[in-house]
Amino acid sequence: MGGGNREGRAMVEKKRTWSLERKRRTFCYLALLPILSIFLIIRVIPIIRTFALSVTDASLISLKSNYIGLDNFKNLLSDDLFLLALKNTTLFAFATVALSVSMGLLLSLLMYRKSTLSPLYETIYFFPVITPMVPVAIIWKWIYDPSYGLMNYILFWFGIKPIGWLVYPDIALWAIVILSVWKVVGYNMMIFLVGLRNIPSMYYEAARIDGAMGFGLFRYITFPLLKPILLFIIVVTTINSYNVFTQVYVMTTGLQGAPGNTVRVLVYDIWENAFRYSRMGYASAEAVILFLIILLLTLAQFKIVKSEA
Amino acid sequence: MAEVIPTKTRWFRLSYQALLLLGTGIMVLPFLYMVGSSFKPPPEIIAWPPTIFPKQATLENYLTLAEKAPFVRFFFNSLLVSSVSTLLILFTSTLAGFVFSKYSFPGKNFFFILILATAMVPFETYLIPLYLIVKDLRMINTYQGMILPYAVMSFGVFLMRQSIGSSIPDELLDAGRIDGCSEWKLFRIIVVPLSASAIGALGILAFMQAWMAFIWPLILATSREMYTMEVGLAMFQQRFTIEYGGVLAGSTISILPIIIVFLILRRNIIEGMTLTGLKG
Repeated sequence: MGGGNREGRAMVEKKRTWSLERKRRTFCYLALLPILSIFLIIRVIPIIRTFALSVTDASLISLKSNYIGLDNFKNLLSDDLFLLALKNTTLFAFATVALSVSMGLLLSLLMYRKSTLSPLYETIYFFPVITPMVPVAIIWKWIYDPSYGLMNYILFWFGIKPIGWLVYPDIALWAIVILSVWKVVGYNMMIFLVGLRNIPSMYYEAARIDGAMGFGLFRYITFPLLKPILLFIIVVTTINSYNVFTQVYVMTTGLQGAPGNTVRVLVYDIWENAFRYSRMGYASAEAVILFLIILLLTLAQFKIVKSEA
Repeated sequence: MAEVIPTKTRWFRLSYQALLLLGTGIMVLPFLYMVGSSFKPPPEIIAWPPTIFPKQATLENYLTLAEKAPFVRFFFNSLLVSSVSTLLILFTSTLAGFVFSKYSFPGKNFFFILILATAMVPFETYLIPLYLIVKDLRMINTYQGMILPYAVMSFGVFLMRQSIGSSIPDELLDAGRIDGCSEWKLFRIIVVPLSASAIGALGILAFMQAWMAFIWPLILATSREMYTMEVGLAMFQQRFTIEYGGVLAGSTISILPIIIVFLILRRNIIEGMTLTGLKG
């Protein structure tokens, strides 16, 4: 009797926990339903459809689109504007990454020792990071103005003749690199600084006992321990640089900016093909290439750092 | 620890400081130039040699700004889009963060990884299908369309999961359950109030992200009344290239709210952005 009762109670107990469990699960799925549906609509489906669109001749005007295989990709390889954009973007990305990462690291080493001025420096170096790109690009466009701009005035002090910064493609690309490095360097510096301050001081003490000094400390302690952070910064800066658009859009449009296609970059080319010429399929093929480049570069960067470790 | 600083080291430190100060100058100079020039009367803006501060300060550029383009409307649009986006992100992220940190259910890891993994794909690469979807939803040139891609934030889910997981003990939730609270009520009366500081930090980042958005509102806003501040400025500087004063005044206004928030909440913003890899 007693045994049966206990069994019965256990059954009831089990049933209750199960119904509780079911109630909780229902809550979980209901709670996640809105956010997951939005993710599906704005991320998952578009990402998949980019690939699907890239093999069609879809346009905004005609609703019907035909499968055309890899034609878009073949045409891209002989599209001078696309190739120019690819070249410019790659050059821009490498220059921006090299300069902003090395300068960010240098600045973080300079700021490593905390002083009364540290909070002030951190704030000021971070200003450009938190400022929206459009107004920043407008100021710099004005700074680069060939006749009235500050840049040529500063060069004038050093006896350098005025330069038409945004007029010639080669120079304009570098002008945009300078602006972009200025904007992002504070971010890279702060991340390096967080990494530096997380290195336990006992490592340095141990290395000092072993006779390491100055650059030796950096070479054998700081740098190896900073590697994961370095990788992170390089990956993030590379991805962002390959997606450069706003500053190019602002600085190369309008009368006083550079004419037409001076500095054509990939996202600009995608934007123009898709939303000006309504070539959705073609532009999607470009987007796929951009995606693959970023993916390959990220994987390569991980591989390099891993093999060195 | 009393350190004896050799002269050589002292010189080193001085040159550190000098370099840092020089960098500081380079960082602020463009801002000073912009703000200073926005108060200059038109002839002074194109004077040579260029100066930072106006000789005869005037508010003219600001006062006439609204006549040249509907900047009040642009500002309102930005404010509306960014605020709604922030509220949606806070709600979806906190709820999802709660579910991911305090429950176990089939598919949990899959959903969580899906949310994080899709954030790795740059927005610009799937812009076109996204536009087509929004077009099918008849949301082109609407606030809803502008907000939709900014209604959720992968990093927000991640942040709230970490925060709720570490700051709210399971015992507290169980105590609430014994008192008869439903899971939804636990969320409302325990999780949300106890996560206030994380919610605040996320709110700032979400707002800044939406305020700074450019390519999406540029594509979506087809009529001038729908431009955000950023799009309005970019268009204005294209069309009115002679109106330097107006362009600079508009730029100053669009930067101002962000700078003020930044100066007040500097610590939270820097920490939030560096800990997470989020970037403006």
